[in-house]
Amino acid sequence: MTKEELLMPENLVCGKPTLMNNEPMHYCPGCSHGMVHKIIAEVIEEMQLEERTVGICPVGCAVFAYRYLDIDWQEAAHGRAPAVATAIKHLWPDRLVFTYQGDGDLACIGACETIHALNRGENITVIFINNAIYGMTGGQMAPTTLVGMKTATCPYGRDVKLHGYPLNITDLAANLEGTAFVSRQSVHTVAAIRKAKRAIRHAFENSINGIGSNMVEIVSTCSAGWKTTPVQANEWMEENMFKFYKVGDLKDIQH
Amino acid sequence: MNDEYVLMKGNEAIAHAAIRCGCDGFFGYPITPQSEILETLSVLKPWETTGMVVLQAESEVAAINMLYGGGGSGKRVMTSSSSPGVALMQEGLSYMAACEIPALIVNVQRGGPGLGTIQPSQSDYYQATIGGGNGDYNTLVLAPNSVQEMADFVDEAFNLAFKYRMPAIILSDGVIGQMMERVKLPEQKPRRTDDEIYAECPWATNGMHLKSRKPNFHSSLESVPELMEKRNEALQAKFARVKENETRAEALCCDDAGLLFVAFGSMARIAEEAMHLLRNEGHKVGLLRPITLWPFPEKELREAAKHARNIMVCEMNAGQMIKDVRLAVNCDIPCEHLGRLGGMVPDPAEVVKKAKRIIENQV
Repeated sequence: MTKEELLMPENLVCGKPTLMNNEPMHYCPGCSHGMVHKIIAEVIEEMQLEERTVGICPVGCAVFAYRYLDIDWQEAAHGRAPAVATAIKHLWPDRLVFTYQGDGDLACIGACETIHALNRGENITVIFINNAIYGMTGGQMAPTTLVGMKTATCPYGRDVKLHGYPLNITDLAANLEGTAFVSRQSVHTVAAIRKAKRAIRHAFENSINGIGSNMVEIVSTCSAGWKTTPVQANEWMEENMFKFYKVGDLKDIQH
Repeated sequence: MNDEYVLMKGNEAIAHAAIRCGCDGFFGYPITPQSEILETLSVLKPWETTGMVVLQAESEVAAINMLYGGGGSGKRVMTSSSSPGVALMQEGLSYMAACEIPALIVNVQRGGPGLGTIQPSQSDYYQATIGGGNGDYNTLVLAPNSVQEMADFVDEAFNLAFKYRMPAIILSDGVIGQMMERVKLPEQKPRRTDDEIYAECPWATNGMHLKSRKPNFHSSLESVPELMEKRNEALQAKFARVKENETRAEALCCDDAGLLFVAFGSMARIAEEAMHLLRNEGHKVGLLRPITLWPFPEKELREAAKHARNIMVCEMNAGQMIKDVRLAVNCDIPCEHLGRLGGMVPDPAEVVKKAKRIIENQV
């Protein structure tokens, strides 16, 4: 089969969602962001919500998310995405409003906005990329950095006496009255990607149907920040991250 | 016709005016001396009548970012706070100025610095007119001096904010917010329909008509310095247009004034009373009241100061607007300052006393 034949639509086993454009991504090899972007684009298309969606992107590696997904976006100040989303959802109640935030943005500087938006039961979805590190600024300690894990600002490993404990904010979110669906997923295998997509679809459906607030954490890799190859990053994540950040649904009031 | 006068506080007038001018959403956090605004809205329940959203935010930081979201999506949104709360909002204001997002911020000022006092002050003049956030930007600033203007400036500020796509501030103070006066409330206007918003705000992020247009996004980030400079130049060109077209001031008895008072907000009411007391004694005193503090009414001031041998700037701060006054007259006319600090409000007699000292030295 020639290359041209291979690329015929009937021969393709998977395609790029039309909401994803051809802008070259700035993400590093092995990074989870690209896959999560793709899942979001697919779910919006499948739900036919292109003309009813507003995304809120953060400060951090996903600061340029608006370049890659052809939907309306607002880029929030560091940590404030849930407040931005709150207003848009109240003012446009039939829209799908979601935030896309990293661990530093969501669990540290924006912890107040995150917890209050979720606890008010805002009908939004918070997509939480947790790679246990500040990626964009060059690998500093995050609120989710594991005990003993080395970063640029805890070069000898996270020491609870010096730096305190990692914050499991998703478990906290599951305990809030306002959350409808809280799930923790990953995108390092085909099976994991399918589960993550199901979780995001469920969260988006809840948001549109006014069921309550939703949070989907994606335990993610940062091979550049972790100073590993992409393959090693996946292995390290499975061995270390999954022990502390256990994958699965934490709360679903629909079931 | 709505020709009925009612008696109410300045803060209450803001709340009523917000509903009546078709505001889509109020997002605020309690702080003295402006809490009546959120309280009044909560009693009036506009979500059951006009559909206006009223939400108590978790902080002023969250409230201003709710404005960023709401204004960015094309809605008429506002918040109110007092000095320390407005200090917390400066980051959001900078982002909104950068992304050209319209919204209304009401600052019912109290004395500072820090937690300061709950008594009235005008010491946020710099913060409002020069900008407390990072970067080169300005915000429109309107300074009401009565409960009537508190009501009237809400719609005015929204119109300016949307005309120029930038945040507008009503810079009030604890005197105007708390005092009761008669006020004629504006007529009830309907909120704009979604279709009207799509037509008026093609830049808004609400998803609508995405398939037949380019995606909209609001971002203040630009990593290429050449492009960032171009964006800044475009902002500055807009600010220049605002300066050219939107200055407002009230001139009282300026035609023959050898001594010109310059005062804004509640201080202008006190200076006006002092002016009348002095005129009754035969002294030729006038008052120029800047209504827009940014853009500062330089032309109006120069016109009012045509015969002035002295200018006396009266403010409830340590001397902030006086710098704009001196720049406006190019320091050609000597400018004296009367200022009270930390929540103290001068009475007309104090203004008269200082004015007489200046007049005696005029020879």
